[in-house]
Amino acid sequence: MTDADLDAYIDASAKLLGLTIDPVWKDAVRANLAVTVRMGAIVAAFPLPDEAEPAPVFTA
Amino acid sequence: MTDLAWQSATETAAAIAAGTLTAQAATEAALTRIAAHDGILNAFTDIVGARALAKAAAIDADRAAGRPLGALAGVPFAVKNLFDVAGLPTRAGSAINRERPAARRDAVLIARLEAAGAILIGALNMGEYAYDFTGENSHDGPSRNPHDTTRMTGGSSGGSGGAVAGGLVPLALGSDTNGSIRVPASLCGLFGLKPTFGRLPRTRTFPFVSSLDHLGPLARCTADLAAAYDAMQGHDPDDPFCADRPIEPVSASLNAGIAGLRIARAGGYFRANLMPESANATDRVCQALTIDREVDIPEAARARAAAYLITTAEGAALHFDRLRARPADFDPDTRDRLLAGAMVPAAMVVQAQKFRRWYREAVLRLFESVDAIIAPATPCSAPLLGQKTFVLDGTEMPLRANMGIFTQPISFIGLPVAAVPVAGPMPVAVQVIAPPWREDIALRIARYLEVTGACVAQIPGE
Repeated sequence: MTDADLDAYIDASAKLLGLTIDPVWKDAVRANLAVTVRMGAIVAAFPLPDEAEPAPVFTA
Repeated sequence: MTDLAWQSATETAAAIAAGTLTAQAATEAALTRIAAHDGILNAFTDIVGARALAKAAAIDADRAAGRPLGALAGVPFAVKNLFDVAGLPTRAGSAINRERPAARRDAVLIARLEAAGAILIGALNMGEYAYDFTGENSHDGPSRNPHDTTRMTGGSSGGSGGAVAGGLVPLALGSDTNGSIRVPASLCGLFGLKPTFGRLPRTRTFPFVSSLDHLGPLARCTADLAAAYDAMQGHDPDDPFCADRPIEPVSASLNAGIAGLRIARAGGYFRANLMPESANATDRVCQALTIDREVDIPEAARARAAAYLITTAEGAALHFDRLRARPADFDPDTRDRLLAGAMVPAAMVVQAQKFRRWYREAVLRLFESVDAIIAPATPCSAPLLGQKTFVLDGTEMPLRANMGIFTQPISFIGLPVAAVPVAGPMPVAVQVIAPPWREDIALRIARYLEVTGACVAQIPGE
């Protein structure tokens, strides 16, 4: 994942979500997003069955 | 005369019950200390002096009339400013929330402490919306570490750490989503309790991550932690995550010792990324407990990653409208993390919640063969204010996100933890981790470490 890839994602997401990202903030947002992507890959790499239930339990 | 600044909450309550101290004198002394020292420490954002003195007068009148006093009668305390305090807007460290109407009622935990006789003195500085481990805040200025005011208190309950370690009040409440009680307890050298997830109601506090938010006390001794915790227990239906469990007091068993408890040290993940002071503090606690066994908390790094994802995504969802409407009004450090959090794909968050259940079951299996686990609380003692990175095991890392690497995998599944301080040039704490709903075990071990002298909340400058 390059900085350009992340910037493209940030620009598209910001437009979709109605978020304004001042150019001065961009580097910090990209740095945070890069960490998030890395954390996401760590979690995604763990095999879980389709039947695995999420942790919170809703009681009707 | 005893220096009231360093008198514990339970000592203060005992002196007031015995008639050797009045609640008014205890309250006035706290207000005087705050006026003298908070200009530097910057722990308080709000003082409720008139309210506190009125409450003190009522307690002194109760005693004079022979009416029974609560366990914390006359004890000054303060709360992180994400707790609702009647008459104040609940700012939660932000500028934006100051525009909210004043809270009409106190948070449930404030009401419970006051029902036990404690006296609310004010609200405490914190990182904006609780998304930090530093205690820094661009709106209110940083809370400063009483042991070295050029250093961080840790966060996000930074004012809670500074107020108690600085001798302003003996007891403070904080919140802990990923470590925000345990990190300031570590950097300020305090005892802290993060109870089991769902134990204490969060009703009328400003949230951060509903899936992970906990509340709890910080104090300079275990007896105070236990007394405050006992006074705050009990179900509240207005917090849907609050467990409907009976009150399980811990004060009576605090001195039960550690005989028969199987205690192990966390290995693997918890042995790496440690600066010498944190490694030494953990060694010292393990030696005091004569631990000869190590356990591996499985997949702790992945647990930390999953906690990170849930936090950033849920936190961003909470603040989404504000992020769209007025991003420039946020603390820049918080805003940039939340903007990135708003862009997290749902699949990542759902996978993190699925992993959370797997991890919970795996860790609970560990507790079939041990009763408690010892682990470091922070990678290091207090960094300098403004410091952005630190070097762990030869790698430079962002400090703000990585101070919680040892706390996050534990709160991720809601385990109760007592943070226990080890003295040094700058203090640093260690986590005593117990199975769910066994705060009593964590506090018994903390008490043992306290009475044997291995752990102490050192007074600044001593």
